[in-house]
Amino acid sequence: MDRLHRKRFTAGIALAVIAMLAAACSSSSTTGGSSGSSLTGTLNASGSSFQLPFQQAAIQQFKSVQPNMTVNYGGGGSGKGRSDLAAGVVQFAGSDSPIPSAETANFKGKTVLYFPVIIGPITVSYNLSGVTSLKLTPTVIAEIFQGTIKKWDDPAIKSINPGVSLPSTPISLAVRADSSGTTANFSLFLMTAVPSVWKLGSSSTISWPSSAHAGNGNGGVAQIIKSTPGSIGYVDFADAKAAGLTYASVQNKSGNYIAPSPTSASAAAAGITPASDLTFHAVWSPAPEAYPITYQSWVLVYQKQSSTNTTKMLQAYIGYLLGPGQQLLEPLGYAKLPSSIDQQAKAQLDKIGM
Amino acid sequence: MSVATRRAGPAIPADPARALSERRPLGDRGFQILALACGLLVLAILVLIATSTSQQAALWFSTEGIKVFAKTWNPAANQFGALPFIYGTAITGAIAVIMAVPVSVGIALLLTQVVPYRWARPIVYVVDLLAVVPSVVWGLWGILVFGPWIQHIYASIGSAVQGVPVLDDLFGPPTSGASFFTCGIILAFMITPIVTSLSREVIATVPAIDREGAYALGATRLEMIRGAVWPHSKGGVTGAVLLGLGRAMGETIAAALVIGSSPTITSHLFAPGYNMPAVIANQFGEASGVWRSGLIGLGVMLFAITIIINIIARGIVDRSARRQRGA
Repeated sequence: MDRLHRKRFTAGIALAVIAMLAAACSSSSTTGGSSGSSLTGTLNASGSSFQLPFQQAAIQQFKSVQPNMTVNYGGGGSGKGRSDLAAGVVQFAGSDSPIPSAETANFKGKTVLYFPVIIGPITVSYNLSGVTSLKLTPTVIAEIFQGTIKKWDDPAIKSINPGVSLPSTPISLAVRADSSGTTANFSLFLMTAVPSVWKLGSSSTISWPSSAHAGNGNGGVAQIIKSTPGSIGYVDFADAKAAGLTYASVQNKSGNYIAPSPTSASAAAAGITPASDLTFHAVWSPAPEAYPITYQSWVLVYQKQSSTNTTKMLQAYIGYLLGPGQQLLEPLGYAKLPSSIDQQAKAQLDKIGM
Repeated sequence: MSVATRRAGPAIPADPARALSERRPLGDRGFQILALACGLLVLAILVLIATSTSQQAALWFSTEGIKVFAKTWNPAANQFGALPFIYGTAITGAIAVIMAVPVSVGIALLLTQVVPYRWARPIVYVVDLLAVVPSVVWGLWGILVFGPWIQHIYASIGSAVQGVPVLDDLFGPPTSGASFFTCGIILAFMITPIVTSLSREVIATVPAIDREGAYALGATRLEMIRGAVWPHSKGGVTGAVLLGLGRAMGETIAAALVIGSSPTITSHLFAPGYNMPAVIANQFGEASGVWRSGLIGLGVMLFAITIIINIIARGIVDRSARRQRGA
């Protein structure tokens, strides 16, 4: 036991010495070179919790590309990310929506670049014993979530699910307690798809019918659905899969019922033409294979940076997220960017500068 | 003595005791300044918190005006009325106090009047252990274990009282494991240690002569507590209860997890609700503009309410302590 400890200690010292040598070598070779050279320094970021698992995985893998660079991504929510970026406490922020007009003043006229990095479906998950496949239209989803459809055997649900035996039990809603980008994009979907039916607006917090059960985080909502027979809720794909929930196929803009999956989410984003600043909404995509409740998240950075080193580190890390990092997404339950948007985002990397 | 004199030189008096007493004021003054600085630091931090939060909340107060007390909080429609949260804070605080106080005072009486000292010690330790459970643990236990368990009890009470006037409004459906009542119970657990220990201290100050006098007059133990202990410690226990209330109202993360997060004003105690600290914790991350300012404003209101409650509580405790000294 003791010998083992001593061995570990020696190994630790050896490793530290090697690391220091490597650092010394690399810092002397950094000067001048752009790509391929080793960078030293720290990038701090906060924001979107939707991005958090992806960022954590990417930070881990990025160590093998730039061993002397440290990236910290604290979650906290998109709103926190944006206000941290505005306050200058982070070098980049993760956000599930573009900067809302109420916040533009905080950025004091400085240009913020949007890099889309991640796409993901939001499932409509339910807990009905014996019902393994369910089809829902945006109208039905809207009426369920604003409390106008109250029972599972409502004619509106029955008519689109012939052959499925639906019980005559009340529907209980599972929603988010904390404000979140998932809620914002789920309500944006309903607002875009069925504006005449959906009355509760679009925001990261919605005034749900008071009977709704609220959980913290996607995991919290998934837990409510899992433990409450007759419940339905919106949960992001990764958490729904992790909790083993059953989810509905949702009718898209072209009229097809599509199940949530990384493929159908990528298809949704591919059917959207982003604006010149690369902002877009992947919900209610016109593509025939698209899953209609698909959302996206961006990395936000200031175009003008104060130092060359920070510029290079940002280009290296965001370049990694858009390049090799995209391969990490599907195993985590997210979807890759369609290549058209990925290319446009990569092309924008050069805009970051002094 | 002579050594001291030689070292001190001719200007210093020969008596070492006097020399010491003359040297002391310098150290004393230094300590006084240090202590004063520490005290002022606390005050300065409080003032800074109050000013910076009020400043950030100003946008909400100026945009909404009197509507800060409106009954609708709906960020999707830009409505930011605080009434549901004030209501929820009052309700959950009241439930917590109603449940915690009899138990706490009971434990305090047990410790001071019933069991001998060597048995009281372990009970005190156990009660104090409740206070070291982190609030997030209370919250998680509440939502994962206690809530799902008590949900069935709520449901059976709810169906039992259906149609009965008043009771139906309080305990009838809708019922949910995460509700005003669950939150109140969890908060009651959390404030029991502080109310117990403060009550115990107050009750322990009852002069032995009063108690023995009561016994001498032929009083039973209950009569002695009613006649000698209670009049003496009434004020102090009231203060302890108010301090407990202040803690219950400010408790954040446990409340955020178990209260159900629905900004509704309803008489149904088993229905999901919301209170001030919980909404701040849940919504701050994504909020911006008036919304963010409103959440900070709720913090300012809560700050003011708890300060007022604490001042009243301290006043009551001090007054009763003075009266006891006078007696």
